[in-house]
Amino acid sequence: MGTDQDARRAVVRDSLGVAIATGTYGLSFGAVGVASGLDVAQTCALSLVMFTGASQFALVGVLGSGGTPLAGALTALLLGTRNTLYGLRMAPLLGYRGWRRLTAAHVLIDESTAMSVTRPDRDLARTGFLTTGLTIFVLWNLTTLVGAVAGERLGDPRDLGLDAAVGAAFLALLWPRLSTPVLRVTAVLASLVAAGAVTVTPAGVPVLVAAGVAVLVAVLTPRRPPPPEEAP
Amino acid sequence: MIWWAVLGAGVGCYLLKLAGLSVPARVLGNPLVARIADLIPVALLAALVTVQVLAAPEGRALTLDARLFALGVAVLLLLARAPFLVVVFGSAAAAALVRLL
Repeated sequence: MGTDQDARRAVVRDSLGVAIATGTYGLSFGAVGVASGLDVAQTCALSLVMFTGASQFALVGVLGSGGTPLAGALTALLLGTRNTLYGLRMAPLLGYRGWRRLTAAHVLIDESTAMSVTRPDRDLARTGFLTTGLTIFVLWNLTTLVGAVAGERLGDPRDLGLDAAVGAAFLALLWPRLSTPVLRVTAVLASLVAAGAVTVTPAGVPVLVAAGVAVLVAVLTPRRPPPPEEAP
Repeated sequence: MIWWAVLGAGVGCYLLKLAGLSVPARVLGNPLVARIADLIPVALLAALVTVQVLAAPEGRALTLDARLFALGVAVLLLLARAPFLVVVFGSAAAAALVRLL
């Protein structure tokens, strides 16, 4: 069927566009990783094993600003919980079992979810998910290595402004998420709480304290009405 | 210690992904849990921006330096819809330039 072929080709094309743009971010992660005090192997291991950008930036950011490895790991894990929610939404759509599920889980990230979740059927959903996820995985790991090796050879990261680039990376990750007033208020409150906590807690802890803001805002803001057709 | 954090958090993040694909949706269907999970990335990323830019390198104090100027440049680049890499390296270049002057 020509239309099926066309639909699939369109999904592949869109997915590759997103994946190529995203995969190159690894360049900045590699550079920031070694600037934060990790060696090239540790920086590359993060991209291979953790493979979820915001968590990776969080771990090296917390370590780079003097936080303990434990605080860095906890921050990375908390940021990683959003992938669990993506998984819940994607599981019935993708319908993977066994080793396919074990493999798919590794490339379950922001972009592979976004390029798959709106597809009308399983075939197109899998095409978008795998094209995006696998392309980003390959590019992200290659560009991490290039960024880390280059960052290590370029000398003092402060002279290059790489310490300042970490804040910009977090802001660029945050920016598209500020879509509603509640989310914007959460961001401002979390920022104020973290700034206050910097003066009284060890490095790395202020970010974890700010996670409490998410809990508070969720409890205090009115809940969405429950879906009407709730099964007994 | 850094290796433990890298590998421990790395495997943990993988298991969080796998859990999403494996557990029945109703386990995490509680609306309050879903709302908290929705807000956590925003709260953490906002806190990370603040700490990265304002925390003094010696710790336990806030300071205003080239990093804040670099963040301002990042805001302008984001408003101009610049791509991620342009925002990050543009901001780094801004900080490097301020320190040169």
